[in-house]
Amino acid sequence: MKSLFPVLVAATLALLPASCGKHATSGITLLNVSYDPTREFYADVNQAFAKQWQADHGTALHIEQSHGGSGKQTRAVIDGLEADVVTLALAGDIDEIAKQTKLLPASWQSQLPQHSAPYTSTIVLVVRKGNPKGIKDWGDLVKDGVKVITPNPKTSGGARWNYLAAWAWAAKQFNGDQAQILAYMTRLFQNVPVLGTGARDSTSTFAQRGIGDVFLSWENEAYLIDREFPGLTEIIYPSLSILAEPPVAVVEANAAKHGTTAAARAYLEFLYTDAAQALAAKHFYRPRNAAIAEQAAVQFPAMPMVTVDADFGGWAKAQATHFNDGGTFDQVQGIKQ
Amino acid sequence: MHHRPATTESAPVRWLLIGLALLALSLFLLLPLLAVFVEAFRRGADVFFAALHTESALSAVRLTLIAAAISVPLNTVFGLAAAWTITKHRFRGRALLLSLIDLPFAVSPVIAGLVWVLLFGAKGWFGPWLAAHDIKIIFDLPGIILATVFVTFPFVARELIPLMEAQGSDQELAAVTLGANGWQMFWRVTLPNIKWGLLYGVLLCNARAMGEFGAVSVVSGHIRGKTNTLPLHIEVLYNEYQFSAAFACATLLGLLALVTLGLKTAVEQITHQRASRHH
Repeated sequence: MKSLFPVLVAATLALLPASCGKHATSGITLLNVSYDPTREFYADVNQAFAKQWQADHGTALHIEQSHGGSGKQTRAVIDGLEADVVTLALAGDIDEIAKQTKLLPASWQSQLPQHSAPYTSTIVLVVRKGNPKGIKDWGDLVKDGVKVITPNPKTSGGARWNYLAAWAWAAKQFNGDQAQILAYMTRLFQNVPVLGTGARDSTSTFAQRGIGDVFLSWENEAYLIDREFPGLTEIIYPSLSILAEPPVAVVEANAAKHGTTAAARAYLEFLYTDAAQALAAKHFYRPRNAAIAEQAAVQFPAMPMVTVDADFGGWAKAQATHFNDGGTFDQVQGIKQ
Repeated sequence: MHHRPATTESAPVRWLLIGLALLALSLFLLLPLLAVFVEAFRRGADVFFAALHTESALSAVRLTLIAAAISVPLNTVFGLAAAWTITKHRFRGRALLLSLIDLPFAVSPVIAGLVWVLLFGAKGWFGPWLAAHDIKIIFDLPGIILATVFVTFPFVARELIPLMEAQGSDQELAAVTLGANGWQMFWRVTLPNIKWGLLYGVLLCNARAMGEFGAVSVVSGHIRGKTNTLPLHIEVLYNEYQFSAAFACATLLGLLALVTLGLKTAVEQITHQRASRHH
């Protein structure tokens, strides 16, 4: 019996090693820190870009991905996650990185065409098949007994677009009457049983776990749900929504440190090429390139859309008014408690 | 002689209670475990093995093993030293040290991760210094190891302290009286006495080190194929609707738990047999 002890120790130790991992990939490695619903899109883009880079330069290029709620990812980059490029849900998050660190200039948004947003999306309403609660527009979300699923605007970029889209509708509906808008938003969030941290988290809540009657979603994520869970949901286009412009930027100080500036810039410029625009359409983003959009398999309906710049005074102002501590979202939540 | 039964409940009540206990056991323990394996093989064995054979899954397994291979030995040494100090010596602050060892049990894993971000993050206390010297801790292997060490710190110490407390230090004193030096006393007297308890603690520590999610999630940065441990990789797969793949990887962790439990039971039986042979 005494001889068993060394055997057990050896067995335990044998479980531990086999761990000589090497991560010496020759060539250039880029880290793309992105938000939640872009996983599938960038998996395709990275493959296409790496192939092109190899053809143009004769060296291998490897792109690492990190995904999560846009606000959470922003925080990680500020805390030292060394992204070469960020591809986040909204300009406000990249503004925050520029403000809190010296990693990229405040003028980052003018470095690439179209406000550095190579693809756009919008916010739609996803309901259960057959639309049993008869939801047609934002006004239906505050009816009694309607459960609304949205992530938390404090941590999720998509949720901030959701919030502003609902706000824009209410502002139009109530002719800008602040008290009535706030009352509408409060009732809306009283109908939200769970606030997830990111878009994907809320998608699982709605689609996988079957909680809620209507899911406020990125348009691209809404089509993805239909592909992953066919026949369970329907997409409702409301009377008014918001033009979501998820921006991209080179994190210049990190790229300079890694010696990847040229590759990082080429990577983001690649997003504007026909090949990448077609991939955007394939993954249900609205491509900037109209010709590509016309050839896409899914034709997105035209819908009146407000923009953050024209209707909310830009992200800095929208962030301060609505999402910072003491903003309207806090008021909406505060009244709820 | 007439035997009085130890229980006074009637047979139906007894069976009802036993039935309830078994029901709860299968509902809360067996069913989830079963679900993991069923889901993993739902799309067939091909999908199962394909999921384990991807670059990112292998990298997650490798990272998990590295993190455990570094943090478990560290915590074994720490735990031994702490248990030794606490049980063989009486000193001021002993109770405080005991409470400190329990701290990782009391603190939420999220906080256990955030403290390292606060200390070593780019905006943290030592962040600027680390950046100036190009040392990466957070969002890389060192951060993951720090978080794992923190969370699994108490397991070995907590296992050894009651054991060593019960054994007292008579045998060590005898050894010293007979001329043993410190190392001889440790290797020939202390270690043989505590080895099964130690092994038990190491097993638990290892299981938690490989399974830790919360603290590691905060410091990982979630870089696919690089800083995702197995539990984080499972979450990624789940979020990408790759349910079968997610559960396939979950079976790896499940198997680890089963192996740990098996070893633990073996250790317990051996300890029990040896104890009864001594008396």
